[in-house]
Amino acid sequence: MSRSFLGWPAFPEAAAREVGNRQLRENVRRATHTIRGKRAVLAAERPDWEQLRDSAAAIKDRVLAGLEGYLLQVEEKVTAAGGTVHWARDAAEANRIVTDLVRATGEREIVKVKSMLTEEIGLDAALEAAGINARETDLAATIVQLGDDLPSHVVVPALHRNRSEIRDIFAREMGRHGRPAPEGLTDDPAELAEAARLHLREKFLGAKVAVSGANFVVAETGTLVVVESEGNGRMCLTLADTLISVVGIEKTVPRWQDLEVLLQLLARNATGERMAPYTSTWTGTVDGDGPRDFHLVLVDNGRTRALADPVGRQALRCIRCGACMNTCPVYERTGGHAYGSVYPGPIGAILNPLLRGLDDPQTASLPYASTLCGACNEVCPVRIRFTDVLLDLRAQVADGGRHPVERVALNTVGAAMQRPLLWKAAVKGAGLLGPLLPARTPVPGWTDNRALPDVPGESFRTWWKRNEGERA
Amino acid sequence: MPPNAPRSRTALFVTCLNDTLFPGTGRAAVTLLRRLGVEVDFPPGQSCCGQMHFNTGYRRETARLARHFVDTFGGYEEIVVPSASCAGMPAESYPLAAVGDPGLAREVAELAPRTYELTEYLTDRLGVEDVGAHFPHRVTYHPTCHSLRATRLGDRPHRLLRAVDGIDYVELPAAEECCGFGGTFSVKNPAVSGAMNGDKARHVLETGASVLAAVDNSCLMNIGGRLTKDGHPVRTLHLVEILARTAQDGPLPGLPVVEAAR
Ligand code: SF4
Repeated sequence: MSRSFLGWPAFPEAAAREVGNRQLRENVRRATHTIRGKRAVLAAERPDWEQLRDSAAAIKDRVLAGLEGYLLQVEEKVTAAGGTVHWARDAAEANRIVTDLVRATGEREIVKVKSMLTEEIGLDAALEAAGINARETDLAATIVQLGDDLPSHVVVPALHRNRSEIRDIFAREMGRHGRPAPEGLTDDPAELAEAARLHLREKFLGAKVAVSGANFVVAETGTLVVVESEGNGRMCLTLADTLISVVGIEKTVPRWQDLEVLLQLLARNATGERMAPYTSTWTGTVDGDGPRDFHLVLVDNGRTRALADPVGRQALRCIRCGACMNTCPVYERTGGHAYGSVYPGPIGAILNPLLRGLDDPQTASLPYASTLCGACNEVCPVRIRFTDVLLDLRAQVADGGRHPVERVALNTVGAAMQRPLLWKAAVKGAGLLGPLLPARTPVPGWTDNRALPDVPGESFRTWWKRNEGERA
Repeated sequence: MPPNAPRSRTALFVTCLNDTLFPGTGRAAVTLLRRLGVEVDFPPGQSCCGQMHFNTGYRRETARLARHFVDTFGGYEEIVVPSASCAGMPAESYPLAAVGDPGLAREVAELAPRTYELTEYLTDRLGVEDVGAHFPHRVTYHPTCHSLRATRLGDRPHRLLRAVDGIDYVELPAAEECCGFGGTFSVKNPAVSGAMNGDKARHVLETGASVLAAVDNSCLMNIGGRLTKDGHPVRTLHLVEILARTAQDGPLPGLPVVEAAR
């Protein structure tokens, strides 16, 4: 049974567990700092960087404002090009559509590439339940799948693993799922890549059905776009007889010209490269070349709910470059699994509650998985204002009455703060922060890590009164 | 700022945290501002900017405190705040809390440009960098997230520090990384907060400084709490407490003295 994020604990609990894993923390720190540095250099290289970000945000906002129209255009163009469009409201519907499509081919072994959405909806488990074995072909996704693990980053799903862990996974697992790893495999990156190449090549050549995601769908032509580093996606997209692309409705862009802006930002932000090594585009079907059967499954699964949130809708601009997680100090300490979703880090902290709602404790904990330091605001290529959205979601949680004790406490203090006499009395007693901050009542966790400041004998206002009383 | 400006036109908003736990910061602010010729007043009705409420999701409470802030400080020409995060509230957060209350929104909009974080007030409003301070100790400086990204202080604090007589100023490694305090974040996510704070404390120790300065006592309380807990004698001081000290005051008792570095 493949693992999934279903039933994940709330962030504080999951994060506490991950923070305790020193190896993980070191792996994540190393990887994020490396990409962060490369990204900074490549972004600084473009004098028009800030304008590119403005354009990208504007393009995505235009899409979101007119989403329905663009989606209908996608349907029309894809159908005209020989493809079939399916609409899925939620995960269950999407999984059913894909499972039925695969069943109709009679295949039981399929290949998959580049789809976070299928992870979001738990497609692998659904296929497995239907007796269909889906194998990932992206290198990092392969590492995750072979290790019976979960992705921890949107660009580098196996970012939490180091070379020697990967070697062990390959040596142990490859043989159980096809071509085994070569004898005496070491953790040399070139050897690891070669082992993966040989293992995966067998899958590509045998696969009759492929499931892919897409980074963009161009409405004016019905063209899908995948950006990748290894070329494995291209294999899946061209070698299979049946191609099923499962795509979130927000991936739509109006015109080809928009890609000029978005692809530049994506490459530089995601991996610190001027251009991604492979950018593949496909439109419907063509006789004698590529898949004979093409299906596009357009998935909502909470996206229209997010769209209805006036502050939060900007999260749907996200192009999954991963820059926000590479720069986030919280993500750096926890890695991706703590967020309980394929979307971790700052974007996960806002997108998951927006997609799934704030009714369960896991999603309701995510808007608080940030210190509001604002580092993410500065790197996002589509200018998502994370701190604004986090604060707005917190307000929604608070208004939903999820933290009754906290509300009473803050209300009481707030009331005193607006009544000068009461407030003065509280402060003069020098014990105000007693009930408020951890000064008098040690808060578990806080005082494990820090000594409390001494409470001074005299508040500022008492000092002022003593010295300035006659003037004040 | 003409020295003979009418009294009571510059208000000190000392902030609730400074009032109760770090009164030395407020006293230093008064001392320094007066030395620079500013007639500073402390409106006694003041309380809290509401940042804790706002950041935890309590907008209505924040709006009430914003109203209280406007009522308390509305009559002053300038408001000086020795905290970058609290100084950022009127410009950054009150407009959001005031959504649906146009009257409050308008008053907030009038007051926000007159609200200065202390170092901003010194450099931009008074036009000074050398404030005549003397501090013969090794100091490093942590730029807090709000000072970087809400109040956008840039290198103002560094310029003020470098101009201090006798100081041995050393850069903090990975200075712009968050210390992990984040108000209620440190309570709601203590494990992650502790890990971030631990790294910050390690960087402070790497500098060999005996004083860590910042413009937010909340972050200093976090980092200082860690240093103390781990038994390190590094002191944390609000920047203004350094700027307020003069040659007459001599070195700060209990701190290693350095040879004049300049
Ligand atoms: S939210 Fe912005 S920075 Fe984060 S992954 Fe999406 S596009 Fe990239």
